Amino acid sequence: MPDQRARFEESVLPHLDAAFNLARWLVQNSSEAQDLVQEAYLRAWKGFAGFRGGDARPWILTIVRNTCYSWLRNHSIRDLAVEFDEGLHTDENSMPNPERVFMQEVNRGVLEQALQALPAEFRESIVLRELEGLSYKEISAIAGVPVGTVMSRLARARARLRDCIVAASG
Amino acid sequence: MRCTEAQTLIESYVDGELDLVRNLDIERHLGDCPSCTSMHKDALELRSRIREDVPYYRASPDLLRRVRAVTRGAQPETKRSWVPVWAPAWTPAWVGSGAVAALVLLAVITVGFMRRASDSSREQMIAQEIVSDHVRSLMANHLTDVTSTDQHTVKPWFHGKLDFAPPVDDFAPEGFPLIGGRLDYLDGRPVAALVYQRRQHPINLFVWEDQGKYPEKPARQTLQGYNIFFWARSGMTYCAISDLAADEMQTFTDLLQK
Repeated sequence: MPDQRARFEESVLPHLDAAFNLARWLVQNSSEAQDLVQEAYLRAWKGFAGFRGGDARPWILTIVRNTCYSWLRNHSIRDLAVEFDEGLHTDENSMPNPERVFMQEVNRGVLEQALQALPAEFRESIVLRELEGLSYKEISAIAGVPVGTVMSRLARARARLRDCIVAASG
Repeated sequence: MRCTEAQTLIESYVDGELDLVRNLDIERHLGDCPSCTSMHKDALELRSRIREDVPYYRASPDLLRRVRAVTRGAQPETKRSWVPVWAPAWTPAWVGSGAVAALVLLAVITVGFMRRASDSSREQMIAQEIVSDHVRSLMANHLTDVTSTDQHTVKPWFHGKLDFAPPVDDFAPEGFPLIGGRLDYLDGRPVAALVYQRRQHPINLFVWEDQGKYPEKPARQTLQGYNIFFWARSGMTYCAISDLAADEMQTFTDLLQK
């Protein structure tokens, strides 16, 4: 099917970096991420009839994301604390505090470690928003949760990152 | 715009997710408010730190080679597999290809089948958004923009903010007093939110112009523990949401049918 292949290479392959970046941040292991991206692309290719055109990036990232979460469920203990208090409860610390001093000098690597320490769903929100520049709506479609949940995850992830920065420079 | 509201919106503002009106409102507020401006600055700094310091991992040439090879082995299936049917409604660049195509694709979306299939239909997305709007209204003292038990104060408040006039009634004698109203957003457009109370339970009644999708008789669904009723009448769509028990919500929606 040369036409289909050309169409696939043209629309889905350009997002390989985005796919690998997301997988790498989710499973936190480079060779595993490569295997999972390959698997995701295989599924994408098999299911290419289901792709109606337009921007393929959210489409392939949804497949990558689901592939990675399946792997995470089978290979590690999920951070259930996120599922429990997510959604309806507002965390005092998640509202930005105008009084808080934001340290100007940040050690390189602090933020990277802080992101690694976040639960997977928070990490995913930050990666999709800040590294991929996706909209709330696109992130909500990829993650399969309402926009309100995306916003809440971002707010709480950012609050935790800020706390790590402040703690590291204290 | 007050600080309490501005503070809840700053992240969305930085993310470029606010509609034009709220964008202008918050910019105006930031012009006058040093503490919110400082919060805004912090949010911008965090964003640029993340973008500078967090590595973006690129695929190796080897991975590219492996991924290219996947198209050699298998064939794309003509039957559906579990991969999602992508919805061009979420990629605006595509919509220009014609209203008919868009309608066909909307029909495909409502059939279709992400693993968490219940999220795909437009009505489901709206119901999810209603829950988020309801929850958000309970935070940070943002239940009402206009606080009054007098329907003759609340109803005119919406004039100029919406291009329709929501009907506003008070049901205090029946035990569901009107608390006030607020402008909210649903599916990208401004809607009226009328706030009622039953004992300690707030009820949000969202009202917007009829989209022709909902039945005349209120239909109940539950989502994340909330009871939600949708119905449409006389050119308006209504959605009532609360954590009240279903029977009390039914009593409330019955009052609105008269």
